[in-house]
Amino acid sequence: MARIISKRVLTPVTKLFVIEAPLIAAAARPGQFVIVRVREGGERIPLTIADYRPDRGEIIIVVQEVGVTTRLLGALDEGDDILDVAGPLGSAPDISPAGHVVGVGGGFGAAALLCLMRDLSQRGARTTAIIGARQKDLLILTDELKAASGHLDLCTDDGSTGFKGFVTERLQQLIDGDAVAPGLGPPDRVVAIGPMAMMRAVADTTRRAGIETLASMDPLMIDGTGMCGGCRITIGNEIKFACVDGPFFDAHQVDFDEAERRNKMYVDMESQAAVRQAHACGAASQVREGAI
Amino acid sequence: MPLKRMDKTPMSERAAGRRAHDFLEVNEGYDMARAMFEAERCLRCQDPVCVDGCPVRIPIPEFIHAIAAGDMREAATILRGANPLPAICGRVCPQETQCEELCHMNNRFSSAAIGHLERFVADWERGQPANDATRQPWRDEKIAVIGSGPAGLVCAGQLADMGYPVTVYEALHAPGGVLRYGIPEFRLPNAVLDWEIDVLRQRGVEIANNIIVGKTIALDALLDDMGFAAVFVGTGAGLPKFLGIPGENLNGVFSANEFLTRINLMRAYDFPVSDTPMKVGKRVAVIGAGNTAMDTVRSALRLGAEKGLIVYRRSETEMTARIEEHHHAIEEGVEFHWLTNPIEVLGNVDGWVTGLKCQVMELGEADDSGRARPLPVAGSEFVIPVDNVVLSIGTTPNPLLLQSTAGLETDRWGCLVADEESGRTTRARIYAGGDVVTGAATVILAAGAGKNAAEAIDRDLSAARGDDQGRELQSGRH
Ligand SMILES: Cc1cc2nc3c(=O)[nH]c(=O)nc-3n(C[C@H](O)[C@H](O)[C@H](O)COP(=O)(O)OP(=O)(O)OC[C@H]3O[C@@H](n4cnc5c(N)ncnc54)[C@H](O)[C@@H]3O)c2cc1C
Ligand SMILES: Cc1cc2nc3c(=O)[nH]c(=O)nc-3n(C[C@H](O)[C@H](O)[C@H](O)COP(=O)(O)OP(=O)(O)OC[C@H]3O[C@@H](n4cnc5c(N)ncnc54)[C@H](O)[C@@H]3O)c2cc1C
Ligand code: SF4
Ligand code: SF4
Ligand code: FES
Repeated sequence: MARIISKRVLTPVTKLFVIEAPLIAAAARPGQFVIVRVREGGERIPLTIADYRPDRGEIIIVVQEVGVTTRLLGALDEGDDILDVAGPLGSAPDISPAGHVVGVGGGFGAAALLCLMRDLSQRGARTTAIIGARQKDLLILTDELKAASGHLDLCTDDGSTGFKGFVTERLQQLIDGDAVAPGLGPPDRVVAIGPMAMMRAVADTTRRAGIETLASMDPLMIDGTGMCGGCRITIGNEIKFACVDGPFFDAHQVDFDEAERRNKMYVDMESQAAVRQAHACGAASQVREGAI
Repeated sequence: MPLKRMDKTPMSERAAGRRAHDFLEVNEGYDMARAMFEAERCLRCQDPVCVDGCPVRIPIPEFIHAIAAGDMREAATILRGANPLPAICGRVCPQETQCEELCHMNNRFSSAAIGHLERFVADWERGQPANDATRQPWRDEKIAVIGSGPAGLVCAGQLADMGYPVTVYEALHAPGGVLRYGIPEFRLPNAVLDWEIDVLRQRGVEIANNIIVGKTIALDALLDDMGFAAVFVGTGAGLPKFLGIPGENLNGVFSANEFLTRINLMRAYDFPVSDTPMKVGKRVAVIGAGNTAMDTVRSALRLGAEKGLIVYRRSETEMTARIEEHHHAIEEGVEFHWLTNPIEVLGNVDGWVTGLKCQVMELGEADDSGRARPLPVAGSEFVIPVDNVVLSIGTTPNPLLLQSTAGLETDRWGCLVADEESGRTTRARIYAGGDVVTGAATVILAAGAGKNAAEAIDRDLSAARGDDQGRELQSGRH
């Protein structure tokens, strides 16, 4: 059981939770994740530790509602308990702070970049965070990321703020030496966190330029401790368990085709569960409204 | 059917046609009449060799005699004194290669049904009114146990009985280890496991779930910062092996651990009432022939597969599953492909499994394990059309804790090095037992190791304390 200390609604489908978890906060390193379960009979889902405050015994997670479990979690409020929170799992990525490190984030990835960028900045790296969303009001944690990195670069598909276009286009400009961030220079290293398609596009962009790149892989997980092998992905010619060997891997070695395919293994069943959930919620709200 | 003296009294079981579609327990247990009849069969030998076959040396003739005398409480006391998990061992022990194999009755008839009787006594005990009082520890030295499989649970229970405050740390959200996530409900109902764990809690054992030692807390922090006097490592052998053949990452290929965890721990059989799905197609091939493989293939049938196949590169003789599981699998319609070696998983354009390419094997000379080595027959490749492939080819200790703890020696199989009698590892105050030491073995061996380690921990702590009892135990006057 872990108590929700506070909650912030970042977008209609993205919620930030500050959670009381002193042991996890004390042990956490940037880039690690927790496994969360929200109800009896519920799934175990992995969520990145966006930030942690060992002195206050708190961790922060940001959840984007995409299915049954993330929606149940998103519906919890300050003062509620999360049934199970286990971690920190996975390993912090091994990123040298020498030179200019660029973090590229999409969706919840912007949150996942937060303590990673702060840690790199504190260790002496020059840092840029590039985050993207469809439109301005879907960008999250911009103030926090600005404080954590040397430079923050925003991208929107519709141009409602910052650069109009994809994060990868902006990254390409940076590689090409355009003055994205004066004085920072071209990227020496890139780390990408976000939707698989975005990470794949980042990998393609930096592969051409020969820039070392890490991607935070998010396969389906169950235990998160190396016990089931469900999270296996192919890196080069080797099979790795993302939960213990990752989640960060050399993006140029990842077999993205396989990873994307494996993540879709249960789509039909997941939508079946979502329908059941929607039905249950509908019924519940009708009960509340006195209709039943 | 009248019961016969010569034969082991059969236990009633649910009809194969019905049980193969649900997760309710297959075996129904004895009733009092059958149990007493069976108990009367035991010869109460002067030289009860059966006891030598039991890793925890249950005084078998004594507890059976108590049943024959109708004194169930006495039977339960004798049993529990030697084996803290009787309801579980009575169900899952490979009796035919342990206690029952040595039974004198085998010379002329069939052995006494020791396992069935053990189960009967434990189930009787479970039906008695609960004692709600939780016992308080009375010693000062706190002990930490890592892992809540049979090794950890038994070690914790024994230490609590000796008065130590014990905390069990478990990585998953529910305790039990393989008993929870591996062995299915139709063989070991969760209710039985929950009851045994409640008994331990009443005896004073605390269980902390969701703590991954080596991640959430370092093992050394338990000793140095949190004030534990000793630590028992019972983290099991949970790391699944893969074959390394082409196609292993296709959609629809699972490790048995994943398959069984989704079903047992996450209750995929109840989807979408529960949230974790499990994809089972029409034809499921399970590679391997141990208990895990039998559990997997029978679970696949229960989740709606029309055909469950066991594919094994050796022959029936080398199969490691319990006889009863093999029989039950045959009754439930499982197909066995012996001397069949999988060499590739085949898939369609969408990346889903469509078949398993195999080659026929023949048996050659004995290998290191003493079993005949299977050799491929040239040109014998063929394809079995299947929708799922589940790998059940063994597990090794999970390196997570061992790698994050300095000074713990492991052998070339990744098993933690520990003394068999005491569980002492290469580091002071750290003890270990169960599958993490032996590699994948059995429930009762893990339980026995937990029990031995608890005694060693008590001996070592008492000696350090310098009290009389410690000296007595040290000098072997147990
Ligand atoms: C190491 C790691 C860190 C993560 N960190 C975060 C985080 O900080 N915040 C956050 O919101 N999410 C994060 N995720 C993704 C998150 O775990 C999934 O969104 C979640 O499991 C979906 O569960 P659900 O029941 O809500 O959706 P489901 O009903 O299971 O699925 C709904 C849809 O989401 C897709 N999906 C399911 N699981 C994943 C996944 N693991 N990755 C990508 N797509 C998936 C499904 O294919 C389906 O289309 C992380 C994943 C990993 C592996
Ligand atoms: C499917 C299946 C069927 C089986 N059938 C039989 C049978 O019929 N009869 C029989 O005798 N044996 C059977 N076995 C074998 C038997 O279950 C095992 O030998 C036994 O459970 C080993 O017990 P253990 O306590 O050593 O470890 P486990 O039962 O593996 O328990 C280890 C526990 O430690 C936890 N853990 C691991 N690492 C950490 C960590 N770092 N921090 C905290 N916790 C951790 C794990 O989550 C797990 O709960 C079967 C095994 C399987 C998989
Ligand atoms: S614990 Fe196992 S080996 Fe020992 S008597 Fe019981 S069934 Fe036989
Ligand atoms: S060997 Fe068989 S008959 Fe003899 S005491 Fe043991 S169980 Fe009874
Ligand atoms: S999630 Fe099970 S091994 Fe990684």
